[in-house]
Amino acid sequence: MSTSSAAARSAESAPMPRSPREFLRRFGQGEYGSLRVLITLAVIWIIFGLAHDRFLSAVNLTNLSLQIAGIGLISVGVVLVLLLGEIDLSVAIVSGLCAAIMAVLNVKHGWSPVLAVLVAIAAGLAIGTFQGFVHTRFGIPSFVVTLAGLLGWQGALLWVLGDTGTVNLNAAFIVDLAGTFFDDVVGWIIAAALIAVYAAVALAGRRERLKAGLDALPAGLVVARIVAVAIPVLLTVWIVNQDRGLPLALVILVGFVILFDYVTQRTRFGRHVYAVGGNEEAARRAGIRVGRVRVAVFALASMMAACGGIMLASRLLAVNQSSGGSDLLLLSIAGPVIAGTSLFGGRGRVWSALLGALVIGSISNGMDLLAYSSDTKFMVTGAVLLGAVVVDAATSRRRRRA
Amino acid sequence: MTEPTPVLSLRGISKRFGAVQALDGVDFDVHAGEVVALVGDNGAGKSTLVKVMSGIYSADAGECRFEGEPVDVRSPQDATDLGIATVYQDLALADNLDVVGNLFLGHELVRVGPQLDETRMEQRAKELLGTLSTTIPSVRTEVASLSGGQRQQVAIARSLLGEPKVVLLDEPTAALGVPQTKQVLDLVRRLRDRGLGVVVISHNMADVFAVADRIQVLYLGRNNGDFATADTTREEVVAAITGLRSNGKEPS
Repeated sequence: MSTSSAAARSAESAPMPRSPREFLRRFGQGEYGSLRVLITLAVIWIIFGLAHDRFLSAVNLTNLSLQIAGIGLISVGVVLVLLLGEIDLSVAIVSGLCAAIMAVLNVKHGWSPVLAVLVAIAAGLAIGTFQGFVHTRFGIPSFVVTLAGLLGWQGALLWVLGDTGTVNLNAAFIVDLAGTFFDDVVGWIIAAALIAVYAAVALAGRRERLKAGLDALPAGLVVARIVAVAIPVLLTVWIVNQDRGLPLALVILVGFVILFDYVTQRTRFGRHVYAVGGNEEAARRAGIRVGRVRVAVFALASMMAACGGIMLASRLLAVNQSSGGSDLLLLSIAGPVIAGTSLFGGRGRVWSALLGALVIGSISNGMDLLAYSSDTKFMVTGAVLLGAVVVDAATSRRRRRA
Repeated sequence: MTEPTPVLSLRGISKRFGAVQALDGVDFDVHAGEVVALVGDNGAGKSTLVKVMSGIYSADAGECRFEGEPVDVRSPQDATDLGIATVYQDLALADNLDVVGNLFLGHELVRVGPQLDETRMEQRAKELLGTLSTTIPSVRTEVASLSGGQRQQVAIARSLLGEPKVVLLDEPTAALGVPQTKQVLDLVRRLRDRGLGVVVISHNMADVFAVADRIQVLYLGRNNGDFATADTTREEVVAAITGLRSNGKEPS
C-alpha cells in the first residue's frame, strides 16, 4: 500500500520540476542523467585545468576533440545496442578490420579512396547484419555471438593485412578526414547554422503544440534552451579558432550524433528500439517485428564501428595489426555507460556517446599532460566507470522503489 | 421480450489439452453495453475460454458468432480485426516509454516518412483518456512511475484505440489497492456506457458484484449458472463456483 501511494505521488509530478526540492529528488532518481555527466566533466576539467596550465589551452582542447572523434563514432553504435539491453563486443575489432579493408583496397589495389571508404562502411553493415542474424535466428545471446566475432574478425584483420602488417595511408581524401581544419569564418557559419536549425525546430515544435491545443513550454524556457545549446557551440568554435580552426573530425562526430539522436527520438524505428529494450514481450504483442529491429541495430552498430575505424586510421595515417585492439573496446562501451546510458536497456540517449568519449578522453589527455603512465590512467578510468555504474544502479533502484 | 442479438456469442465450445477436457460444451454471450463477469475456481476454464475468444486457442468444437454472423477466429489478429480487444493480466507495457508511447506502440502515427507525429498522438491520447475520465496525471508521464491502477487504465485505453466492440479484461483488479480498484471499475463502467460489450474475469466477488450486469459461472469446464447480478446473492454465486449448486440458465 505504501509503495502504491508513493507511486501515485510521484506520478503527479509534471515533466518539469516545480520546486528545487523536486528537482533534487528527481536528480537523485537519475532523471537528469546528462546533467550528472556534465558535472563530472566540469570537475575533471577543473582538476586538470588547475593541475596543468596547458590543459584548457586552445591547442590541447582541439587535440582532445581529435582524440575522441574515432572512439565517439564507435560509441554511437554501442549506444544503440545498449538501448536494446544487448552488448556488442566486436565493435573495436570490426573498426580495425573495416579500416584495414579500406587501407588495403586503396593502397595495395589502387582503388579510389572514396570507393574504398564506402566499401569499408558497407563491410561494417554486412558484418553487423550477419551477427544480428545469428543472434536473432538462433536465439544466441549477443554477448556470445559478438565474442566469437571479436576472435573471428581479429583473424580476418590479420588475413586482410597480409605479410606487411602495416599499411600506411597517404590518399588525400582519407588523410583529410582527421586532418582538415575549417577557416575561422566557415567555423562560425557552421555554428550559426546549427544554432539556427535548432532554434527553428524548437520554435516550430512549440507553435505546432500550441496550435493543437496542447500545453507547451513557456516561450522564455524555449529561448533559454536555445541559449543553452548556443553557448557550448559558440564557445567550442571560439576556442578551436584560436588554434587551427574547427576540425572536420569533430563536425563528422557531432553530425552522426545528431543524426542518430533524430533517428532514436523522432522516428518509428527509434521508438521500436526503446520498446524492445524496455519490454520485448510488450513490443512483440504490439506487432513490432522484434527480430528485424535487433538485426538493424547490430548492423548500424558495426557500420558506426567502421566509421570510427576509418577516422582512427585517418588520424594515425596507417592501419596495422593492433588497429582496433588494446583498450578501444572497453573505452567505447565505458563511455556511454559513464554518460548515463543503462546497461539494462531502454534508457539512454545517443548524446551519451559524445559526452562519455569527452569524459574518457579528458582523463586520458589530462593524465598524459601530467606525465602519468598507463597504469594510473587505467585505474582512474576504471574508477570513474565503476562510480558511474554504481550511481546508475542506485538511482534506478530508487526510481523502481518510488 | 425479444432479446437483441449478442455482439459475441459462443455455443457448445469444447477444448481439450491431451487428457484434460478444459472446456466442455460451454455457451457464452455478451451484449453491447453489458458487463459480463466470467467467474469460476482455478482450473474451471475461464482463461481457456478467454483465449478461445481472443484467438490464441482455436476451439475443438462449437460455434462462434459475432454480431449474429458465424465467424472463424483462428489468430489474435483475426480477433482484433473483428473488434475483440484483450487486456491481459501482465498488461504488456513498456516501462521506459511514456503514456503516449505505450498507447500507440506498434501503431504510431507518422507524418513525413518514418517521422513520428507526436503532436497528433498526444492530442488523440488526451482526448481518449479525457473521455474515459482516467486518473492519469499527464500523458507524458513515464509508465514506470504510474501506480498499478493507472497502468491498468493505460492498458485498457490502449485496447480501445482499435475501436473494438468487445473488450476482454483478464483479472483487471488483481493486486490493486482499494482506491485503485475503484478507479479501474469506474473505467469498466464507462466502457459499458460507450456501448461496448465487456467481459471481466475475476476472482474477487466484491468487484464482480460492483461492476457486472450478469455473472456467468464455469465449473470444471462446463457452464454452471448464469445470474443477473440484481437478482442473485453472493452465496448463490459462490455455491455455483464451488459446484455445490447451480442456478439460472442450465446448459442443455
